[in-house]
Amino acid sequence: MHSQSSRLIPWFFVAPAAALIAVLIVYPTLWTVRLSTYGGQGFNFTRFVGLDNYVRLLTADPNFLDLSQFPPRGAMVNNVLWLVTYTPLVIAVGLIIAVLADRVRYESYIKSVIFLPMAISATAAGVIWLFVYSPNANIGLLNAVLAAILPGFQPIAWTGSVDLINPAIIVAAIWINAGFVMVILSAALKGIPAEILEAARVDGATPPQIFARIQVPLLGPTISVVAVTMIIYVIKMFDLIYVMGGQNGGPLGAARVIAFTQYVETFNSGRAGYGSAVAVIMLLIVIPIMLLNVRRFRAEAGR
Amino acid sequence: MSTAATALSERRVSLTARLPGAIGRGPVHAALLFIGAVWLVPTIGLFVTSFRDRDDIHSSGWWTALVDRRFSLDTYIHVLTSRGTTDSLAQNFLNSLIITIPSTILPVLIASLAAYAFAWISFRGRDVLFFTLVALLVVPIQMTFVPVLQLFNVVHLTGNFVGIWIAHTAYGLPFAIYLLHSSFAGLPRSLIEAARIDGSSEFRTFWRIVLPLSVPGIASLAIFQFLWVWNDLLVALIFLQSPNLQPMTVGVVNLLTTYGTEWDLLSAAAFLTMAIPLVVFFSLQRYFVSGILAGSVKG
Repeated sequence: MHSQSSRLIPWFFVAPAAALIAVLIVYPTLWTVRLSTYGGQGFNFTRFVGLDNYVRLLTADPNFLDLSQFPPRGAMVNNVLWLVTYTPLVIAVGLIIAVLADRVRYESYIKSVIFLPMAISATAAGVIWLFVYSPNANIGLLNAVLAAILPGFQPIAWTGSVDLINPAIIVAAIWINAGFVMVILSAALKGIPAEILEAARVDGATPPQIFARIQVPLLGPTISVVAVTMIIYVIKMFDLIYVMGGQNGGPLGAARVIAFTQYVETFNSGRAGYGSAVAVIMLLIVIPIMLLNVRRFRAEAGR
Repeated sequence: MSTAATALSERRVSLTARLPGAIGRGPVHAALLFIGAVWLVPTIGLFVTSFRDRDDIHSSGWWTALVDRRFSLDTYIHVLTSRGTTDSLAQNFLNSLIITIPSTILPVLIASLAAYAFAWISFRGRDVLFFTLVALLVVPIQMTFVPVLQLFNVVHLTGNFVGIWIAHTAYGLPFAIYLLHSSFAGLPRSLIEAARIDGSSEFRTFWRIVLPLSVPGIASLAIFQFLWVWNDLLVALIFLQSPNLQPMTVGVVNLLTTYGTEWDLLSAAAFLTMAIPLVVFFSLQRYFVSGILAGSVKG
């Protein structure tokens, strides 16, 4: 009797969370995989189409993936562009700030300033950067600065240009997330034993040498953790594109990313089956990261 | 005496160690000054703009206002007091609070219970459940939207606050349990065992010992969840279609689509959205940073 009731006790603690997660995350996730094989108007999933949604996404939807021209374009291509430019850049910026701030007395102030954008919404950050990029030289700071430096400079519509909108939003994203990278790398940096740095200094190493040969290699594992977090950010990114690119995802949809396509197809174009296929593609992309996390966690738990 | 001697010698070591660095200190200050400006000036610009009249905004740069000092609160008064149009944000602000407060308290409570069991009670299936949870940390919430909306339609939870409270609670749980688990598991084993030997029930141990000792971890989680929900745009767009229920973030996006370049309205609206996160950030920065450090281990 006693043992039976004590066997139920853990479930008293776990059940509310388990029920919510099962009903609102696990089951819907599986159901969306099923919905991705259907077509129909809005939320009426009337026609079973097999893998047609996927085939169309990957071969016949230029807004999602268009390899027929060079450079290739589409939401997936933009996500790749983000991964190869934004991820290394945000880590480099965060690392540089962490290392520089470590050497001055006003470290905590400068870190607060860099960290601040982490607290505000991507919506507010998007408005701040639309303001910086405004083509009106009385409003847009970037155009005003360039006009002051370069004689005869004509204001540029940064977020109105097919070629410039992606770099423009990437800069805004670096501004948002460098603080996150900085905080984590800064903590790891302070975890490097002082004797190691001292020994290098005694041996005559210059600060840049200490940075490149000692600090960066020792930060390797932490940098990889931060990189994974930023990769997940890129795959899930929606708000900033929606705010800065508008509901079309930039001029001619030039700034669209996968998560943006998922939203637009499902809720604006009324093709929920097609949108579900996009969501499944997002899931497939994060599965390697998921396995990596579980493996790392198992290794830690086993220790 | 010996302490003073040690301090002195330490000081000498650090001085000599700093000497080569001091030569290169100028560029470091210059670089940090530049970086600090890049991070602050855009926000300051928008802030200054929010206190200017529409005509002034279009006729001269916000930086000239630092000299002119022609400021007014008109835009703020307008967006907070006008009624029934896209420019009225008082209702959105209230909605943000109504959405965010339960969506913070519920997941923190429910996750605390689960995290206690995962950290301190051994039961069959615990590891499998916890690994599932770790796996769920990275599942895109986009995978859940359509089925959850279908479900909410059936049980009449679409288009009301209860629906979005439940959605935010569920979406927040995997990370919340993960974060609290590491916080709870860090408590000394002897403490929990002593309580059990004294005959304390599991719930009592949880409520009287584990929770009070984990306040910093719970505070970090609460701040995260609060900011996450307050700053959310996507979930609100999907679960709250009706304009009189939408939060600040959706209000700002509506302004943006209606009047693309009316910077007086947009700047004031953006600052109203940012006000609460900034207060939270400045008053509770310590918990925020420690939470980021604890949570980042997940990758």
